[in-house]
Amino acid sequence: MSTVAPPRPAAAPQPPARPSAGHRALGLWLRWWRRLTAMRTAIILLFLLALAAIPGSLLPQRALSQNNVSQYFADHPTLAPLLDRLYLFDVFSSPWFAAVYLLLFVSLIGCVVPRAVEHARALTAAPPPAPRRLLRLPDSAALPTPLAEAAALDVVEEELRVARFRVVRRSGDAGPELSAEKGAWKETGNLLFHLSLVALLLGLAGGKLWGYEGSILVTEEQGFCNSFQQYDTYSAGPLVEGGDLTPLCVDLEDFRAEYEEDLTAASFTADISYGAPGEEGRPTTIGVNDPLRVDGDRVYVTGHGYSPRFSITLPDGTAFTDVSAPFLPADQATMASEGALKLPDLGAGTDDQLAIEGFFAPTGVLQGGILTSIDPRPLAPQVAILAYQGYLGLDSGLPQSVYSLDADQIERGRLTEVGRANLSVGETLELPDGTAITFDGYRQFAALQFSHDPGQLWVLGAAISLLLGLLALLLLRRQRVFARAEPAPDGGGTVLTVGSLTRGGGESATRFAELTDRLRTALADRAPAPPAPPSGGAAPEPEALPSDR
Amino acid sequence: MTVDQSLADLSDTLFSISVALYSVAVVAFCAQLAFGRRPAQQLVGAGAPGVADPVPAADRSSRWGQVGVALTALGAVVHTGVLVTRGMAADRLPWGNMYEFATAVVLVGVVSFVVLSVRMPPVRDMGAFVLAPVVLSLVAIGLFLYAEAGPLVAALRSSWLAVHVSSAILGFGVFFVSGIASVLYLVRLRVDARGGDASPVLARLPGAVTLDRVAHRTAVFGFPIWTFAVIAGAIWAESAWGRFWGWDPKETWAFIAWVVYAGYLHARTTAGWRGRPAAWVNVVGLAVMIFNLLFVNMVSTGLHSYAGVS
Repeated sequence: MSTVAPPRPAAAPQPPARPSAGHRALGLWLRWWRRLTAMRTAIILLFLLALAAIPGSLLPQRALSQNNVSQYFADHPTLAPLLDRLYLFDVFSSPWFAAVYLLLFVSLIGCVVPRAVEHARALTAAPPPAPRRLLRLPDSAALPTPLAEAAALDVVEEELRVARFRVVRRSGDAGPELSAEKGAWKETGNLLFHLSLVALLLGLAGGKLWGYEGSILVTEEQGFCNSFQQYDTYSAGPLVEGGDLTPLCVDLEDFRAEYEEDLTAASFTADISYGAPGEEGRPTTIGVNDPLRVDGDRVYVTGHGYSPRFSITLPDGTAFTDVSAPFLPADQATMASEGALKLPDLGAGTDDQLAIEGFFAPTGVLQGGILTSIDPRPLAPQVAILAYQGYLGLDSGLPQSVYSLDADQIERGRLTEVGRANLSVGETLELPDGTAITFDGYRQFAALQFSHDPGQLWVLGAAISLLLGLLALLLLRRQRVFARAEPAPDGGGTVLTVGSLTRGGGESATRFAELTDRLRTALADRAPAPPAPPSGGAAPEPEALPSDR
Repeated sequence: MTVDQSLADLSDTLFSISVALYSVAVVAFCAQLAFGRRPAQQLVGAGAPGVADPVPAADRSSRWGQVGVALTALGAVVHTGVLVTRGMAADRLPWGNMYEFATAVVLVGVVSFVVLSVRMPPVRDMGAFVLAPVVLSLVAIGLFLYAEAGPLVAALRSSWLAVHVSSAILGFGVFFVSGIASVLYLVRLRVDARGGDASPVLARLPGAVTLDRVAHRTAVFGFPIWTFAVIAGAIWAESAWGRFWGWDPKETWAFIAWVVYAGYLHARTTAGWRGRPAAWVNVVGLAVMIFNLLFVNMVSTGLHSYAGVS
């Protein structure tokens, strides 16, 4: 930290004896604490926080896309492990990022809590006594009046109370005086803003600890239940127990994607039924911007695609119908999709397993023998498939993607290509051994996501109070007005000295001028019938009738 | 939902007209600077225009300034027309892609400047330095960000578009003026340090106190709006993407900008940071906002990829 606390003149006098180790530690700790909670430190920590977030947006992050991180590792084989060691692929959960924001929050708490205590005291206490030299305040004026001292202060008090000041009268050495204050809410807003930040962080942390999220591709007429075993991918906070998951099952009945004339995606809607396991499902429709919300849990549609359907007839006549798997869209604009079907259990042995790798085009066009898709809508579905036979290696213990075949198995010759074809609906590819693969059509699938975040409402509440605090902090003004009534030096009436201190908001001078104008008018109104024009200053209008009292 | 092509074409024509009007306004503001007598040094601190200075040159100068403000206001009206006709052509809010977003941001910047220069006349003296970046930005937007009027993608069809994007535009536009004021403040300090004789044109800038006040006030105005934009974005993200915050690049940079502006507001009231360092923080804030618009939309891949720029 480059900033140094300002030198404190006349620091603690040298203690007579060497202080004990405990005292020295305490002193050291206090010094560091003061330094940490200084505003300059807070500003530097703010910048560190901003700086620390930058790599999180420039480098691929595991939390966002594991694939992009793997790609980065492949592209930069020497650099990536180094970056990884610095947690640069997990910036927002890295210890150094946590260190910065925790220090910032400690600094913030250390700064705000004492202020809150002081503010709570100030809220109930009377406004402070008037400074001795009021004319030295940023805004000040001296108003002569023929009224008596107390009566003149009465006028000021009334004006200020109408303007919602808290007013207190004191008798000072130089004469009766008055202190008024308004806008204590500014500081309340300031404290609310900063404490809301702490609440927001706590809410975030709670959500991370007890929250979880699972994603799964669900084909029409299928469903899933909320359990980690079923999800394709999931992430859970460290305090989530597998048994704590909300018992909820969702079935996808129908999925619709609608498009504008220019093929802009207009809406994705899924008709689902949901309920506890074994319960009769309640039907509802969810879509983009419109998730299912049940007891604080949410189910989202995050994507969609097509699962081509095949029927397979073995040479011995055994037929398997409705064999399908989701193909992942490679291009969202045309929904050209890629995927694989792995069928290890068709034959008896491990060497006559069947696999299909393919390309699905919802609206297919053949260009020079190559199938492409020209429209995301399923107007003329076609597939281009490669059929393999052999050993898939599924039980080898090595993890495989479900969306592609294991290239190693093909390279090693364990899996050999036995046929390829472009098929429209109803067409069949016949393999050399007599197996027939027929393309029957497609089903749609939806990518669904189940989310549970117990901190969410807490965070929302904190964000709203943060905003309210900020508005109060920035829009309100804290203003103190002091007035003192002294006998005029020439003996004729009273001189009223008024001064004001403002925090926040510009143009305090204009507002102060308005206040003094109002005071002048009020003083003139109250003034007894002018026996003689007061020396100096504008004479009050003689037409004003004297009041009864 | 079909696009009304004649309205879309009208919108493009209005875009060119507003750029032309702003360009003429720049000329007027330059004339103001050129014909203006260099004000006395005392103006540095005083927020007031040259008092008791009935020299014809000053008159002519301030008349040029008024012409500049009038042209700018007229340009802003036409500029508003660009967005209105866009919205009508596609029958939706006219901020569905980067072209529309950036155009709206610049409009907010221009309107903030006009409002400021009506309420604080010395601000007019910075007209050329506000309008020149405006013209440059609009030309760049027209050349590099242009996208045909078209329907919104599914994810953007939510009432949160009106809330989140409008507040982001408003905040950004106000920060734009704030950042320029801080740049000019830094320039002003340098000019003052050299005694003001080095560059008679720059010496016509508003005083350092005025510039600092403009920068601070606009930032104070923009910060809650930006905060609200981020919160509204989080609420929308919760229903659209399944989480309210996920460190998507756009979110990350919005957060960085928020932190930097929070730093600016703190710095301006902290001894040792007041003045020049605080102004630099504000300039960094604007740089972050612009980076967030250009880099994050066009280079990085994230969920906010609505640029519509091919």
